[in-house]
Amino acid sequence: MDLKRWLEAPAANVSAPKRPRLNMLRGAITRITTPLLPDDYLHLANPLWSARELRGRVVDVKKETATAVTLVIQPGWGFNFDYQPGQYIGIGLHLGGRWHWRSYSLTSAPNWDEKLISITVKAMPEGFLSSHLVGGVPQGTIVRLAAPKGNFALPTPPPEKILFITAGSGITPIISMLRTLDRHGDMPDTVHIHSAPTEDELMFGDELTAIAEGHPQFTSHVQLTRSDGKFALASLDKFYPDWRERETWACGPSALLEEIERVWKHEGIDDKLHLERFEIARADTSGKGGKVTFSKSDRSVDVDGATSLLEAGENLGVQMPFGCRMGICQTCVVPLTAGHVIDLRSGKEHGEGDRIQTCISAAAGDCTLEL
Amino acid sequence: MAITDIKEFAHLTEEDMEAFGRELDAVRRDIEDSRGEKDAAYIRRTIRLQRCLELGGRIVLLGSKYRPAWLAGTALLSVAKIIENMELGHNVMHGQWDWMNDPEIHSVSWEWDQTGPSEQWKRAHNYSHHTYTNIVGMDDDIGFGILRMTRDEPWKPINLIQPLANVLLAATFEWGIALHDLDSQKELDGEQQKRFWDSPSNRAFVRKIGRQVGKDFVLFPALTGPAWKSTLTANATANLVRNLWAYAVIFCGHFPDGAEKFTMGQFETETRAEWYLRQMLGSANFEAGKVMAFMSGNLCYQIEHHMFPDLPSNRYQEISEKVHALCEKYDLPYTTGSLGKQYLLALRTIHKLSLPDSWLRATSDDAPETSSERKFRTGDAPVVHALRIDPLTGKRRGLRSAIAEARVSLRNAKKEAKRQARAQRDRVKSLTA
Ligand code: FES
Repeated sequence: MDLKRWLEAPAANVSAPKRPRLNMLRGAITRITTPLLPDDYLHLANPLWSARELRGRVVDVKKETATAVTLVIQPGWGFNFDYQPGQYIGIGLHLGGRWHWRSYSLTSAPNWDEKLISITVKAMPEGFLSSHLVGGVPQGTIVRLAAPKGNFALPTPPPEKILFITAGSGITPIISMLRTLDRHGDMPDTVHIHSAPTEDELMFGDELTAIAEGHPQFTSHVQLTRSDGKFALASLDKFYPDWRERETWACGPSALLEEIERVWKHEGIDDKLHLERFEIARADTSGKGGKVTFSKSDRSVDVDGATSLLEAGENLGVQMPFGCRMGICQTCVVPLTAGHVIDLRSGKEHGEGDRIQTCISAAAGDCTLEL
Repeated sequence: MAITDIKEFAHLTEEDMEAFGRELDAVRRDIEDSRGEKDAAYIRRTIRLQRCLELGGRIVLLGSKYRPAWLAGTALLSVAKIIENMELGHNVMHGQWDWMNDPEIHSVSWEWDQTGPSEQWKRAHNYSHHTYTNIVGMDDDIGFGILRMTRDEPWKPINLIQPLANVLLAATFEWGIALHDLDSQKELDGEQQKRFWDSPSNRAFVRKIGRQVGKDFVLFPALTGPAWKSTLTANATANLVRNLWAYAVIFCGHFPDGAEKFTMGQFETETRAEWYLRQMLGSANFEAGKVMAFMSGNLCYQIEHHMFPDLPSNRYQEISEKVHALCEKYDLPYTTGSLGKQYLLALRTIHKLSLPDSWLRATSDDAPETSSERKFRTGDAPVVHALRIDPLTGKRRGLRSAIAEARVSLRNAKKEAKRQARAQRDRVKSLTA
């Protein structure tokens, strides 16, 4: 028993859910490749052969709209396809010599047979990585992946009555849920209200129609806001009077989500509501930033009040722990040893001794992180 | 005593000093802003090359019973180990590639093929050595606590065996470094005298040694079966070659004549510009072509490395041109020479300083391995701080000219003394005749 553990030790924190044997072999080989791992040699032959970290290869790039593309990715060793529809992954892309990271919802349905996943990316005016992804990633590009995460997910079995409310790229986690339900053939009573500015900017339009045709219990309500106006939550009673009974998932711009949250709370049914926020509202910080010091790495930089400490650190070359990069997963939490930071989402201040999420915090005056 | 006032030593005025610092900041900014795809490709290529060499070496050594295979395998493995230590380990752990945001090529996660754990080396080297560079009493890398490399340190009888200690250090360099790092780690952590196994540093140290020794001296020989002996000698030889080379590079970068020493007084009031200057005056380069530069981890540009320890090594050559130009402009010395010459100078110091001070002629204010601003003083008055311009060339006259002048006047003084002695002798002769 101890021998087994000794052999596995070097590969202990590698995720290889279905292959414990492989991990043991890997651990054993590590003894002769030390201080490297077998992977360091293996990915000379194939960049996907790394169990030290997840990698993937872009095998297909599909245009969804003029500003959105779907990347179909074949993950390398150790990827766990048992993710829940609605979860997101982190993706790292090599650009100009650096690795850039973002998180995107998986749009594929979990699937062990095809061993493929997909994400759908919409170009954001200021999103450096998203515009690059949409602008063109060559097929065959190797990307780094962070394991699927997130609580915004469809449970199994799914609830009997579902309401989805989405807008813009908020549809991406939902399409994964719909595809999963469609694939399993047991579509519950589901209403999907989705808003897009125009027909041209509507993602997955044909697919929504097709699913609706295949499943009478699925209603797709597409609201083209430029011509039809905004979908008013007040009209829910008129169109879908049983909406209060439905387990609801909503994803879209902050304004929409805030409104939904208010209404559901008011109705006293907020325990039925699941929200996913994509954007960090950065506008309303009065702070001017300050000097951030990374004490262990002995580096510091002046930043404005809108730059996250995570980005600030990465730009300096400090190795920052991160996961979702949007304040959900707590991977990026580090102790604040001095000064104050501000939570970009809530505007809440944190002071010395607090453990803070670097991805959603900005400097509020000079501060020091233990990194 | 070593340098206590670097400004005076360097013949720079306050304004000159600041301007000099600003120019170096600009050099750093230029490089930082232009790091990109090409640099990233360079380090990845280097990593691939190193892995292939090592793999190749290990495979060839399977046939190490045959002499040519032993030779070829040992050579491949030696080169692989050298690249791994110099261009990869040393430089990656300096954070030179952290900007890539690549978790696999990052100072936090890199572990190297040497007996000492990376973590301990980083503390001793990146922190102690690079912060307190050449400050006598603070920088333990001056002689690694074994050799007396400057007459700022008092002589002890043990120094008599220095020539021997030097050979031993060279051959077992990685062990010397490992022990040295372990000590500094404990010192920095304020670890009290505990029982051996209670100390986390000791445990990390032993674990690493176990793995390293186990791999090179047990596992690989065992894997080759009957040819175990030849594999063992091949591995030992490769380690030895790497040790000797790393030792030579380090010694050529720190101990040739002209690599100055400093005092704590200088450190305490130091400005950023003075920091640059201390790194520059404290280090020495050696001349190298492309291949040799690569094999030394670009530490043939030790001066540039000490000024910009975390900029990518493949850019040091380019930086060196700029630093060289600045030396011209401010009339500062740029200590360099062939590898052989630099090493011989270091060797001379090692042997000379094994002797007690009473046997040595120069003082610590004016010796080949250490000097101070006092050597330029006349009486107690400080060196003139006003800018001196050569009326003929219109160029600034600073430290480099001063050193040259000092050398000339020393030579003249010697000549003069000889001449007088001869005259005296002649006089005596003619009197007795
Ligand atoms: S990276 Fe997930 S919470 Fe910050």
